[in-house]
Amino acid sequence: MKKANVVQSLVSIAVVVVLLTVLNGFLSSFQARIFNLCGIYVILALSMNLINGFVGLFSLGHAGFMAVGAYTTAMLTMSKEMKEMNFFLEPIAPWLLNVQLPFPIALIVGGLMASLAAFIIGAPVLRLNDDYLAIATLGFSEIIRVIFTNTQSLTNGALGLKGLPYIGIANKSSEAYWWIWGIVIITVVFMVVLIKSTYGRAFKAIREDEVAAEAMGINLFKHKMMAFVIGAFFAGIGGSLLGHLMGTIDPLLFRYLLTFNIVLIVVLGGIGSITGSVISAIVVTIAMEVLRILDGTIKIGSLVINGIPGTRMVVFSVLLMVVILFYQRGLMGTKEFSWSWFKKLPFITKKAKIS
Amino acid sequence: MSLQTFLQHLVNGISLGSLYALLAIGYTMVYGILRLINFAHGDIFMLATYIAFYSVTTFLLPWWAAFLIAIILTALLGIILERAAYRPLRSSPRISIMISAIGASFLIENLAIVIFGGRPKAFPIAPIFSKILVVGDVSISIVTVIIPIVTAIALFILNYIVNKTKTGMAMRAVSKDYDAAKLMGININYIISFTFGAGSALAAIGGILWGLKYPQLIPLMGIMPGLKCFIAAVIGGIGNIKGAVLGGFILGLGEIAIVASSPALSGYRDAFAFVLLIVILLFKPTGLMGKNSAEKV
Amino acid sequence: MKKNLSLLLALVMILSIVAVGCGQQAAPSEQPAEEVIKIGVFEPLTGANAAGGELEVEGIKLANKLYPTVLGKKVELIILDNKSDKVEAANAATRLVDQDKVSVVLGSWGSGFSIAAGAVYKEAGVPAIGTSCTNPLVTLNNEYYFRVCFIDPFQGNVMANYAFNEVKVKKVAFIIEKSNDYSVGLAKFFNDTFVELTGDQNAVVYTGYYNTGDQDFTAQLTGIKASGAEAIFAPGNFTESALIMKQAKELGLTLPILGGDTWETPEVIDIAGAAAEGVVFSTFFDANAKLTPVTTEFLDAYAKEYAGKEPAAVTALGFDSYILALDAIERAGSADPKAIRDALAATKDFPGAAGTVSLDENGDAVKSAVIKTVKDGKFTYLTTVEPIKK
Repeated sequence: MKKANVVQSLVSIAVVVVLLTVLNGFLSSFQARIFNLCGIYVILALSMNLINGFVGLFSLGHAGFMAVGAYTTAMLTMSKEMKEMNFFLEPIAPWLLNVQLPFPIALIVGGLMASLAAFIIGAPVLRLNDDYLAIATLGFSEIIRVIFTNTQSLTNGALGLKGLPYIGIANKSSEAYWWIWGIVIITVVFMVVLIKSTYGRAFKAIREDEVAAEAMGINLFKHKMMAFVIGAFFAGIGGSLLGHLMGTIDPLLFRYLLTFNIVLIVVLGGIGSITGSVISAIVVTIAMEVLRILDGTIKIGSLVINGIPGTRMVVFSVLLMVVILFYQRGLMGTKEFSWSWFKKLPFITKKAKIS
Repeated sequence: MSLQTFLQHLVNGISLGSLYALLAIGYTMVYGILRLINFAHGDIFMLATYIAFYSVTTFLLPWWAAFLIAIILTALLGIILERAAYRPLRSSPRISIMISAIGASFLIENLAIVIFGGRPKAFPIAPIFSKILVVGDVSISIVTVIIPIVTAIALFILNYIVNKTKTGMAMRAVSKDYDAAKLMGININYIISFTFGAGSALAAIGGILWGLKYPQLIPLMGIMPGLKCFIAAVIGGIGNIKGAVLGGFILGLGEIAIVASSPALSGYRDAFAFVLLIVILLFKPTGLMGKNSAEKV
Repeated sequence: MKKNLSLLLALVMILSIVAVGCGQQAAPSEQPAEEVIKIGVFEPLTGANAAGGELEVEGIKLANKLYPTVLGKKVELIILDNKSDKVEAANAATRLVDQDKVSVVLGSWGSGFSIAAGAVYKEAGVPAIGTSCTNPLVTLNNEYYFRVCFIDPFQGNVMANYAFNEVKVKKVAFIIEKSNDYSVGLAKFFNDTFVELTGDQNAVVYTGYYNTGDQDFTAQLTGIKASGAEAIFAPGNFTESALIMKQAKELGLTLPILGGDTWETPEVIDIAGAAAEGVVFSTFFDANAKLTPVTTEFLDAYAKEYAGKEPAAVTALGFDSYILALDAIERAGSADPKAIRDALAATKDFPGAAGTVSLDENGDAVKSAVIKTVKDGKFTYLTTVEPIKK
């Protein structure tokens, strides 16, 4: 049975890789950009789902973790000349000027720094419950933003950083696609393995009933901290990728509205479902771009409808409310994709029952 | 720092603090009854200022009528919000209600952008509110004087309702023990609607005063005051009306004190509320005036 | 049942997206590509900076109405909203160059969005003309970005000179919008020039900060009152600035208040009311300055289109960006982005509505600035400051 699972998983990955290769062939550069963004949102949604969905901690600190990751990686990958050009108002701190690391290492350092931030903030706030935790983590991400705005010699303040190198090691823009989706696959596999492990079961036990979980001998704080730190790591990676995909970052990019976008994705996909987060991240990111037409002028034959800017976001907010009120489980609930779905299809076997 | 400067800072701080306090009361009332952060409270506050704005500019009502209409309509909106977004989820996990609150807030903001437009609007100020008093070397605008008075009156009336009336007794009962209150025959739905109505009316009053003091309306204007006033409520001890007022003043005076003591630190002002929140939660999680309550199983 | 519903929901979502996606790709092919020349516009039409974006699009549309053709072909404007958001700005930029295949791009209000989009234009090799993005970083190290406005260092310099020579003050106070690159930049260059002019290292006696969205500035202003400053320099977003003016008056602060081009929006006067009287700021354009013959043309067209409205400076810049683009296309003789870029780089003494534009080696406009004040509830022209000759 175990072996079959591994084989199935490998087959899934292979299928995904083949799909990606095919897609890469005919995506235009605009479509590829949106698709890359989808990948980044998958990573972000999965990292939030780990904290919010599997452990049931309602954390709103994602934008803060992303900011830490993005700034760390950016400072490590930018060349000395680029930094000097950016810091034209206030010179950069000398110890930061000359450090430069290859992208993969800088990316991991970015993730680790986000984890470190999560560890420091987690020690006090993870002892809080639900709403207090939400507001404290939201506060944390705002504090990060305010600090990054004010420490001009480290972050260039409100001016932000420009000229971040391309994702990858060859400094080619086309490399981003494989890096991002490679990291997506790693993230998905990691999350699946983690959730199926003893830790994963402990996470879910905490989500279902903290008191009972504690009575069963699960160390609440340790497990919460673990999920929080791991989630922050991937959020940091996501932030770094986002910054390098765009080539520029500034503190305003990491407002809590960014966190709300990820909450939207996770809720629509189903809190506590990896499959749901993946599908939802892709669908929402594409839909955000496609529904742009709502904001502009629509011409149907001779009929011209003048769009009101902002309509697109209303559509998403309404969708979110509908899902929350009438369809709380989202797209997938806590269910996951598995190959056994195919076995359950009526024309293959009629005996199988949904467990 | 000269005495005059100090007094001027003090006046500024009291004025800001009483605005925060007024909004914090609304948070605290709702939280006390439903154990719910009404994320949309700040947006209700925003709607109130827009209603007052359109009443004066489009429907040409006198200011007092516009304010009255804004307060009544906002109270109704608060009740509708509770019915639509929170009541259906009352038996759901806490996390669902919180997401619903965030979703509602998101929806109101985005609708406001489409309906009211993204450009800022100037809040119409009746001449009687724009007078400036000069006492010694300290300048005080009339609004600055009115705000603490209104806050004091609101606090007095609320205290009366909560402690002296039957509805108030029912409110306290619901907040102590939801299920027991239900068993005692208290009409829970009515009490919750009433609380939301009263909380929203307070938000409306706060919104109008805010508009008079900072006469600039934008659809996202409720977010920051909303967050800060929630923090004020937590600092004072959430669910406690006097605590909310105390928290509001601590926050208002604290923010002014930071800028006053060191202009170089003024860029960090917005972080102050959040840092204070985390510190309070660490050392006194129930807030300054909150009572300890054991975790219910 | 629930499961079926969820699958259905997913299917509907995906199908609708595919359908819309296909529909969109089909649309551009209706018109033969040779017949039109496409000019892309990316501006914030929603979000925090919607006001500025709308004004610039107004100017671009007006110019398009006056000059609808170039090289005998129709000009098609493709206007995208960048939502006052960097990620969206980069997406919109990619869409313009990749999907819509525009020859040249105009925009944006807000330097941050221009910087984010700039990387895309540079890689695609499509030239962009900035309207009112004044941050030096926009064009630095990007040979495809140009602009029709002057940059922050020049504006800070102009105001420092004005404060020293015309207002005749020796001590100033700053209120800086710390989360706004524009405000931070202007203050820095004001500071440098002012210290040099006065020869006093401590000529700036008070520096206070605030964040975008703040509404209470009483503490900073009370501090300034006690600091002995003779004037206040408070460049920043116009909504916050209007509140600063109002609160300064309420606190009995009667110092001259100086600022930058963002103040030239009617909302400043609406919100600050009588408190806006006498504030002084530098900007790009004024109807009375009659900088070039094109100014008159622009004003006439504007009066016809929007009767009773005063044109904003950024509207004139939007207008200029469009006519400069057309001029470059004409000089290049083709709609090829590379040829247009080279033509743009060679721009010299081009007459625009908001002054004569010559582009320097960075692609920044070297042009005169206009200084204005508020008098009787109206923006009033004071003087014109000529560019610094290098």
